[in-house]
Amino acid sequence: MSWRRHLAKLVALFRRPKTVDELQEEILVHLQMEEQENLESGMSPAEARYAALRRFGNVALAEDRSREMWGWNGAETLWQDIRFGLRQLKRSPGFTAVAVLTLALGIGANTAIFQLLDAVRLRSLPVSNPSELTVVRLADLPGRRGSQETVYPALNNPLWEYIRDHQSVFSEVLAWSPTNLGITEGDHERLLQGLWVSGDFFKVLGVQPVIGRLFSSADDQPGCGASGVVVSYAFWQSQLAGDPHAIGRTLTIGRHPVPIVGVTHAGFTGPEIGHSFDVAVPICSQSAYWRDGNWLNSSTDWWLTVMGRLKTGDSLSMANAGLKSLSSAAFEASLRQDYPTENIRDYLHFELAADSAPGGVSWLRDTYENPLWMLLGLAAVVLLIACANLANLMLARGSARVQELALRLSLGASQRRLIWQLLWESFPLILLGGASGLLLAGALGNALVALLSRQGDSLFVNLHPDWRVLGFTALLAALTTLLFGLVPAFRATSLAPSEAMNAGSPRIGGMHESNGLRRMLVVTQVALSLVLVTGAVLFAQSLANLRTVDTGFREDSIVIAWLDLSQLRLPVARRLIARKETLDLVRYVPGVEAASEVGIVPLSGGSIDNRVWAEGEDRQSGSDSNFNWIGEGYFKTLGTPFLAGRDFSEQDSPNSPKVAIVNEEFARRLGKGVNPVGWRIRREATPHEPETVFEIVGMVKNSKYRDLREKFAPIVYLCVSQDQNPNPIEQVVIQSSLPLPILTSRIKQAVVGKRLDIDVEFRVFKTQIQESLLPERLMAVLSGFFGILAALLTAVGLYGVISFLVARRTHEIGIRMALGAGKRQVLSSVLRETLMLTVLGIGTGLPITFIVARLIASMLFGIKPSDPVALLFAAFALCGVSLAAAYIPARRAAKVDPMVALRYE
Amino acid sequence: MDRIELVFGSLDMLILRTLRWGATHGHGIAKSIERMSEDTLKVEHGSLYPALQRLQQEGWITAEWGVSKNNQRAKYYRLTALGRRQLVSETSRWERFVRAVTGVLRPAESEESQ
Repeated sequence: MSWRRHLAKLVALFRRPKTVDELQEEILVHLQMEEQENLESGMSPAEARYAALRRFGNVALAEDRSREMWGWNGAETLWQDIRFGLRQLKRSPGFTAVAVLTLALGIGANTAIFQLLDAVRLRSLPVSNPSELTVVRLADLPGRRGSQETVYPALNNPLWEYIRDHQSVFSEVLAWSPTNLGITEGDHERLLQGLWVSGDFFKVLGVQPVIGRLFSSADDQPGCGASGVVVSYAFWQSQLAGDPHAIGRTLTIGRHPVPIVGVTHAGFTGPEIGHSFDVAVPICSQSAYWRDGNWLNSSTDWWLTVMGRLKTGDSLSMANAGLKSLSSAAFEASLRQDYPTENIRDYLHFELAADSAPGGVSWLRDTYENPLWMLLGLAAVVLLIACANLANLMLARGSARVQELALRLSLGASQRRLIWQLLWESFPLILLGGASGLLLAGALGNALVALLSRQGDSLFVNLHPDWRVLGFTALLAALTTLLFGLVPAFRATSLAPSEAMNAGSPRIGGMHESNGLRRMLVVTQVALSLVLVTGAVLFAQSLANLRTVDTGFREDSIVIAWLDLSQLRLPVARRLIARKETLDLVRYVPGVEAASEVGIVPLSGGSIDNRVWAEGEDRQSGSDSNFNWIGEGYFKTLGTPFLAGRDFSEQDSPNSPKVAIVNEEFARRLGKGVNPVGWRIRREATPHEPETVFEIVGMVKNSKYRDLREKFAPIVYLCVSQDQNPNPIEQVVIQSSLPLPILTSRIKQAVVGKRLDIDVEFRVFKTQIQESLLPERLMAVLSGFFGILAALLTAVGLYGVISFLVARRTHEIGIRMALGAGKRQVLSSVLRETLMLTVLGIGTGLPITFIVARLIASMLFGIKPSDPVALLFAAFALCGVSLAAAYIPARRAAKVDPMVALRYE
Repeated sequence: MDRIELVFGSLDMLILRTLRWGATHGHGIAKSIERMSEDTLKVEHGSLYPALQRLQQEGWITAEWGVSKNNQRAKYYRLTALGRRQLVSETSRWERFVRAVTGVLRPAESEESQ
């Protein structure tokens, strides 16, 4: 066939109906003309008609054949092919099971990861016109003081109020902040996922109530108190049993009875992707729910994520220009007394900026997007390996049918028709594989989300498959069919007629070539497996490195307790004493070996850093250091040894000279010799304290502060009992070898038994550290899964090819054995051949592996992407798997009985 | 179609040859082949149409709707420049084939072969 005909067919494929109609009309005209001629030559009408038809031959056949020329088989032949495919699947259940399982795993893995990506990255927020949404932030952060209360870009409340009342940049604006709110049910209290929302929040997002009403700006007025709560559909269903009369029922939130005013519709899961919400309360009620700390009139609490809706036709840059010109007045109006004097100039020069945010904000997305794309790439490689396997199976099947196909070719069937038939025959297979893949993806997706959840933080990802996921799966299935179906189909139908005639025995004619192709497929599989197995080894080693990295403190048998004293409504001056009393209650619990207060639990993600310099020197000579608040016994509890000086003690009080303990790294940077004890350091002013001088009284060994990957950073530990602004929430690290449930119930008994108003919560330190490695764990677990899958698929492929090889060479092996070759020799010759294929594959895979390894270099820790040990391990593992796969057919070869083999021939 | 391919695309050549005299419709081509071969070649009219489709795809002929002498709408086929060239080479191939077969069959009687 010439390229012209191929092209013409391609064109015809898209305009088939017209061609078919025209053909019918054309043949009809032909018959009429012939009939007319026959009439003119004197035949009777009936005779004329009959003669015309006879002369034409089989009309339907002519139509069919003509259509076939255009590459159209007609729906009927299509159905025939599919039915034939189904019959074949039924006839060989073993083949069907292997093929469907392979497809399901390949497609399922890809779909599962894509599904997650779709949910966190590709989908927009489930609100009206999400493409108009933007997030407003500070253009530049230097000079910003205070506490960042959320992981998202945030403004303070006075700033938000100014923007709300004065902006004309956006058509509408809203603000929100995530929070935890305690709900009391009977005498049991637990935390809900809450949202502070601005009055217009639901209106701007276009969220409708299912029952009741949602907030309006009237609900968000200064001094509103704990006036009402909107609950989510999920909360309404699960906690209120979908009660149609839920409106007006009260929930006890933060010990206030709060009436439910409305329920949001089912599709709305909150402004953040990765978390849903249970209840929403107006921003104005913050001071009512939280008795300590009024954030409403503070310019140092950065907690509200402000979002604006672009006006129709406005671009993001227009909005940014508008925000810029609004900035100066906004910052001037929102400056409050609590802002540190030396940074007021910075504050007044801040500028606002907006970023497009059709997908809302998502910590989950920021953390996992890159790993997920990477995993999707690895999953695609698995699918490629699966395709190679299926192609191999199909080739084996094609060679069984070579005579049938050859006969049909010589009888005039076109190659194209046969290829179509073979492709359609694989249709039921791919349908089965695709459907099971989709099912598997659902389960895998949920498992993935579970893998990413942390203690006390339930993840919410909407994995309901949408058109993108279904389209992705369909596309994957179609591509897979083409990949594994087309090559064998071409191969099986491209025999020259002479070869076809001679293809009397499956051992002769054309088989040699197909065997070469099968070897090539296996070599490709080994090459791709090398990439995946090496990747898996690298990620696993990287995770192991992080797990065993020297943190500088004890991780085992440490529990973190949160003791919330805020319900006691203590004045600032009384808080330290109350905290000390509570700590003592914990310390006296039998089984508690040590306990101490801590401001920031290491590796929890929290951090304080400030500029610090040696007393008497210039501020410019200083540098930034990490800070932490700790109590007496902290280092003993966590097992961090002192190198010099002393621990904090009872004598360090608010009225005594301010003291500090530093770590080695800080001492090194200070540059005052090996022992910094006795030196005085000056810390810049913070939102809560002026510039302060501390005397170094001790030095401890280095430990990790913010995350495991960091190098040891300078840390200055301050004494909690000298804190000017003690928090009513006390965080305590406890060392105890008691089982967790016993320990927690004893502590609860000791603390709550004494002071009913104290809430206690626990977390396991080690678990929390491991959770900080979730992205690494995700990569290690999934790449390991893919690596094993790849090796298994390759083993199956190798097994198939070697079995085929042995079967084909039974005769030759028989002769060799008759001539004196031993079983061992036969066995080793088969294994040698296998090893050769594997080594060839490893050689081919090496350059690809290097490239892929370089791509993942940034995600590795403590191991080079080109680590020779990892490569060697992967190569040896593959060799081992190959030999194991080839052993069964090799044994079969060694068991060949020369007499039988020769007689067979 | 099988039979036609087995005789080395002779139908293709006959169609191209017929169209050398100008555009005509399927029925006209059938009649013309019968006339030219003085009715020795019995062409089943139905087998023309797959061939016509194939020739179109090769770009050797083009088709368009026109009106016949009897005022009937009919599809007219026309030889393209490419088709003209193809005809020349097909003809010379055919002649070589005939010479070769004649050479082989000289001593025996000429009979139809499979």
